[in-house]
Amino acid sequence: MKILVCISNVPDTTTKITFTDNNTQFNTNGVQFILNPYDEIALARAIELTDGDKGTVTVVNVGDISTEPTIRKALAIGATDAVRINAKPHDAWFVAYQIAQYIKANSFDLILTGRESIDYNGSKVAAMIAELLNIPSISIIKKLDIDGNSGTVEREIEGGKEVLTIPLPFVAGTAEGVAEVKIPNMRGIMSARTKPLNVIEPVEVKTFSEVIGYETPAPRGQVKLVPADDVTQLVNLLHEEARVI
Amino acid sequence: MSVLVYTENADGKFKKSTFEVVSYARAIADQNNTKLIAVSIGSVSAAELATLGKYGAEKVLNVSNEQLKNFVNQAYASIIAEAAKKESADIVVLSNSFSGRGLAPRLGVKLEAGVADGAVALPEQTDGKFKIKKTAFSGKAFAIVELTSANKIISLTPNAYKVVETNKTASVEDFSVEAKAGDFAAVIKEIVRSTDKVSLPDADIVISGGRGLKGPENWGMVEELADLLGAALACSKPVSDAGWRPHSEHVGQTGIAISPNLYIAIGISGAIQHLAGVSSSKVIVVINKDAEAPFFKVADYGIVGDAFEVVPKIITAIKQFKASA
Ligand SMILES: Cc1cc2nc3c(=O)[nH]c(=O)nc-3n(C[C@H](O)[C@H](O)[C@H](O)COP(=O)(O)OP(=O)(O)OC[C@H]3O[C@@H](n4cnc5c(N)ncnc54)[C@H](O)[C@@H]3O)c2cc1C
Ligand SMILES: Nc1ncnc2c1ncn2[C@@H]1O[C@H](COP(=O)(O)O)[C@@H](O)[C@H]1O
Repeated sequence: MKILVCISNVPDTTTKITFTDNNTQFNTNGVQFILNPYDEIALARAIELTDGDKGTVTVVNVGDISTEPTIRKALAIGATDAVRINAKPHDAWFVAYQIAQYIKANSFDLILTGRESIDYNGSKVAAMIAELLNIPSISIIKKLDIDGNSGTVEREIEGGKEVLTIPLPFVAGTAEGVAEVKIPNMRGIMSARTKPLNVIEPVEVKTFSEVIGYETPAPRGQVKLVPADDVTQLVNLLHEEARVI
Repeated sequence: MSVLVYTENADGKFKKSTFEVVSYARAIADQNNTKLIAVSIGSVSAAELATLGKYGAEKVLNVSNEQLKNFVNQAYASIIAEAAKKESADIVVLSNSFSGRGLAPRLGVKLEAGVADGAVALPEQTDGKFKIKKTAFSGKAFAIVELTSANKIISLTPNAYKVVETNKTASVEDFSVEAKAGDFAAVIKEIVRSTDKVSLPDADIVISGGRGLKGPENWGMVEELADLLGAALACSKPVSDAGWRPHSEHVGQTGIAISPNLYIAIGISGAIQHLAGVSSSKVIVVINKDAEAPFFKVADYGIVGDAFEVVPKIITAIKQFKASA
């Protein structure tokens, strides 16, 4: 089985998010970039499904050279090889288009993404790739098994869950529960240095959206503390002042 | 030109988030002096369909079909795209729900449209530009996105826009689209709905527990409080990692992002990754025995105290409040 895992390079989860140039640029100064946490789950499941000799796991990233440490990390965790499509990820459409072109030229049995990237939280790349290839997709899955030529996935729905069977190939966005993330060991880190990381150039594509600025949420006022032995006061505040109950 | 809104139903009934998107789409249609058409898919009664008029839809395209009773991503996307073409809709609005996340990107490809996912406010339309505010960095910031394509897809964050009622009524028209090959490739085997519970992304009130609650056996009081307030349950990541609660309740940067009217955090320290998913809640109440817990810095109301003493007292106080109301 040939699995493709799409990986994105995102600010570390502890990053304090700030902006420069009159709130038009994300301030990357001092920001540590990491493998998107959901993509780590996708990668871990792909490695489990191929389990050594049952197939290969290719990771693909659309990014400039600065993303290579993240790609090497994916190789250290256990991906077979990697591809970097050499372009800044303009938006989800741009990313999905590049990846779909790559898939058309190199067929895969299964394509995994994370449920969303933690920078723009789009949840778009998976379904866009699938639509471009005219194959099924499930944007957010909690479980994934493959049996022969089809997969069984569990997806979350509001107030419950749904189990589906889908013929390969399909695209799925992984969430918590699909697999335990893997931490690279020394052998993995050593071998990652020599695993293939192929760089390919992007294809030309029109763009449909542009991030033109940012806002930071309004700060909350000082917390109002209510004494632990007078909780009736809290209930009154929630009813009369906050008007939420 | 017109605005098309996809109206999601659960078992034939529209949800609050559906009325939110219709109200929101109505406001966008008004910005553009154009009509609002709704499309409904599945098995929804005529009476239920007509209620969409109250929130501003002038016409409802009703795709009624047993095979489409439950959500089928590709087939639904095909239908909505055809409805947009039929109505010459250049703006399509839907909810950023679990199924909405499967539809919006496909519609973006089908209609060659820019997609603004997770919108939190009405678009700003000036000088021929179309700008829209969406959540980014898991709730730590907002991004302003400009859609530069002729067609536009907007998915609205649940709880971000207030339902607005009008006294209009909607006409209902049957609509059908021929199924395309492959549209039904994914087959639903089983649906498990815990109907008695409020769903977390849609909930107005959310009660959340952290590691401070010590173990799964202590969730009884949390559930009782949630039941009293008609609230949904949530938890911090270590709680679901330890299997005390299901992963579906995990909120935060790597869990679900929510924006309820009221979020009550019990025994949760307020780590940055937790806050990322809950900081856009309108009112935050924190109960923690440690006065130095970081969560108090972003809370509106707080109680410094032992959850095992405080929560039962709150339950009693709410019962008294309800009895007197
Ligand atoms: C990549 C990454 C992603 C992450 N994503 C998430 C995420 O999405 N969501 C998330 O929640 N976390 C996430 N985390 C974990 C996060 O960093 C914190 O570790 C976690 O939120 C802490 O959970 P907690 O507050 O329940 O536990 P703790 O930090 O252990 O806090 C327990 C709190 O309970 C209080 N307490 C103890 N006893 C009592 C009592 N009797 N009464 C009242 N209060 C009491 C304590 O004072 C303490 O403040 C992530 C971490 C990483 C590295
Ligand atoms: N630049 C990128 N290169 C490769 N994959 C990406 C990129 N951006 C996003 N993805 C994949 O798409 C998923 C969803 O991202 P998004 O739609 O941006 O929220 C991520 O979890 C990744 O798996």
